[in-house]
Amino acid sequence: MQTEKKIRVLIAKPGLDSHDRGAKIVARSLRDAGMEVIYTGLRQTPEQIVETALQEDVDVVGLSILSGAHKTLFPKIMELMRGKGLTDVMVFAGGIIPEEDIPELKKLGIKEIFGPGTPTEAIAKFVFDNVPRRT
Amino acid sequence: MSDKEKNSSIKEELQRWEKTTLPRWMRQRPERKNEFRNHSGMLIKRVYTPEDIKDLDYMLDLGFPGEYPFTRGVHATMYRGRLWTMRMFSGYGTAGQTNQRFKYLLKEGETGLSIAFDYPTITGYDSDHPFAEGEVGICGVAVASLKDMEVLLDGIPLDKVTTSMTINGPAAMLLAMYVAVGDKQGVPREKIGGTTQNDMLKEYFAQKLCIFPPKPSLKLVTDITEYCTRHLPKWNPISISGYHIREAGSNAVQELAFTLYDGIAYVESVLKRGLKVDDFAPRLSFFFASHNNLFEEIAKFRAARRLWAKIMKERFHAKSPRSMWMRMHVQTSGCTLTSQQPLNNITRTTIEALAAVLGGTQSLHTNSFDEALCLPTEEAVRVALRTQQIMAHESGAADTTDPLAGSYYVEALTNEMEKQAMEYIQKIDDMGGAIAAIEKGFFQKEIADSAYKYQRETDEKKRIIVGVNEYKTGEKALIPILRIDPKVEKEQVSRLQKLRRERDNGKVEKVLEKLHYMAEKDENLMPIIINAVRAYATLGEICGVLRKVYGEHKELIII
Repeated sequence: MQTEKKIRVLIAKPGLDSHDRGAKIVARSLRDAGMEVIYTGLRQTPEQIVETALQEDVDVVGLSILSGAHKTLFPKIMELMRGKGLTDVMVFAGGIIPEEDIPELKKLGIKEIFGPGTPTEAIAKFVFDNVPRRT
Repeated sequence: MSDKEKNSSIKEELQRWEKTTLPRWMRQRPERKNEFRNHSGMLIKRVYTPEDIKDLDYMLDLGFPGEYPFTRGVHATMYRGRLWTMRMFSGYGTAGQTNQRFKYLLKEGETGLSIAFDYPTITGYDSDHPFAEGEVGICGVAVASLKDMEVLLDGIPLDKVTTSMTINGPAAMLLAMYVAVGDKQGVPREKIGGTTQNDMLKEYFAQKLCIFPPKPSLKLVTDITEYCTRHLPKWNPISISGYHIREAGSNAVQELAFTLYDGIAYVESVLKRGLKVDDFAPRLSFFFASHNNLFEEIAKFRAARRLWAKIMKERFHAKSPRSMWMRMHVQTSGCTLTSQQPLNNITRTTIEALAAVLGGTQSLHTNSFDEALCLPTEEAVRVALRTQQIMAHESGAADTTDPLAGSYYVEALTNEMEKQAMEYIQKIDDMGGAIAAIEKGFFQKEIADSAYKYQRETDEKKRIIVGVNEYKTGEKALIPILRIDPKVEKEQVSRLQKLRRERDNGKVEKVLEKLHYMAEKDENLMPIIINAVRAYATLGEICGVLRKVYGEHKELIII
């Protein structure tokens, strides 16, 4: 019998802000939910994040940002991911992101944006339900 | 009847009550939970009696306000004499915009300034550095050179207003700019008053905005403290901060213990520099969070003062009572705010502010109701300031000193806070001190575990958060959001580049070379940094020199 391959998730902190409480909690809860989780640590450039996603061969990338720089950094990350052919990687995000910015960010290909107060189970369930099936 | 006899009769009466009255009520009206605990995990009793504080010695443990051990407050007259300083942390966009906000707040009755810098400034990068893209003026004000500081403080008399600066890695540079503006205003240095946060140790495990590794950072903290002790007698060189420890997820006991331990490390470091404890300790100040458990927080503030007084007296043999007093600034807890039903945050902030006032703070920042969504709008910040004014003038909370002293519950909690914090302090001593504990990841692990536990409890509804896991409306928050115009970054960058073209670049080069030389020689860098900012060397340039000499900090990742 073949055991199912674990979902690999990269939790990344783009930008200069250091509010990592949420990112770490999400990382830990996805790990507890049975996924393999890599956490980048703070202050990652879009280039570094995409490079790590590529090297680690992840299925999912979760971006956490609370500085307000999402409108600058998320488009860059999505563009670099496309450039590296990471189109089958599912991207979600969380942090302090105003409601009115969400449609624009989703248009970039970010699958979901989780605001403060989201239960961790909801994020895990979302990942399980939306992870791209790879052969 | 003697006190002892009285207590033993209370004990007997309590046992009788537990056998007779209580069981009936427990059947008819059982308790809501099997056990009640506060955030620190302390078991909260059903009822507190004199039995719980039978060992309390009034003079030894509480004393009078303004006297050792300062449990009841650092000033004899407390708020009857002077209300706490209402200091609203603010900063956004350009120096000019924030200057307008400062003037607005002063006009509305604020009594001290508190500068929030943007991330590039906090992390020692100029506004035109590639890392700064998208971050300029967003979470605070951009200050890349003395030029920006001049605009930021324009028209604000530095001999009359005190200013707190939330700045750590580049604290020396921002303080140097502040001093330089004071000089230009013609204010004598001994009249310049304010605070630099300058608490680098907590950066490694809580706020995590580090530039250099721990040891050179501690050296810079010590440089600033030494310089202020000698030249800026009204400046508080360090604001030893628990706020970020708490916001990163610690509980109240951990916040208290880790903060006080950082304080111990700074005192040790400055003593090694050859200063006498009573020369600098009176100007050390503290900064705590006020979370949402009212009595736990009040007990924490009271225990903090008593414990610090004991540490200064017994561990460091301070003689002056002022070395033993803990003055504190408090900020209500940002992490208790919710983006759901944001007006509820006004109530949360009020409760937290009440804890700070009943706990005897010297200075208070109240968060604005929109801060789980954005930086505060003018309306939101006004409500936050008014919350303090209502508390000060309408509630009666400021009419007597330490009103909860003698409460069986509050005194028992205060004792327990102190006891548990002391256990942590001994543990860190055994580890070899604060830097050793950071390098081992001890603080980081403790905080991450508490943060995760708090989240689990919320997810499992063991903790009810109104509007988040109960009493939800499903409606999206409809409040105005403060937006920073992307033009801010462009304008700031072009101003900075203009400065680089127009200043005397030969002079800048020379002063930076000298800084490099002195940093390698391990001298106190404050005077040369003041010279550098005066020559309009930028923040990024000065930090760049020190990055070369000291190297950069690498995060120890613990989840």
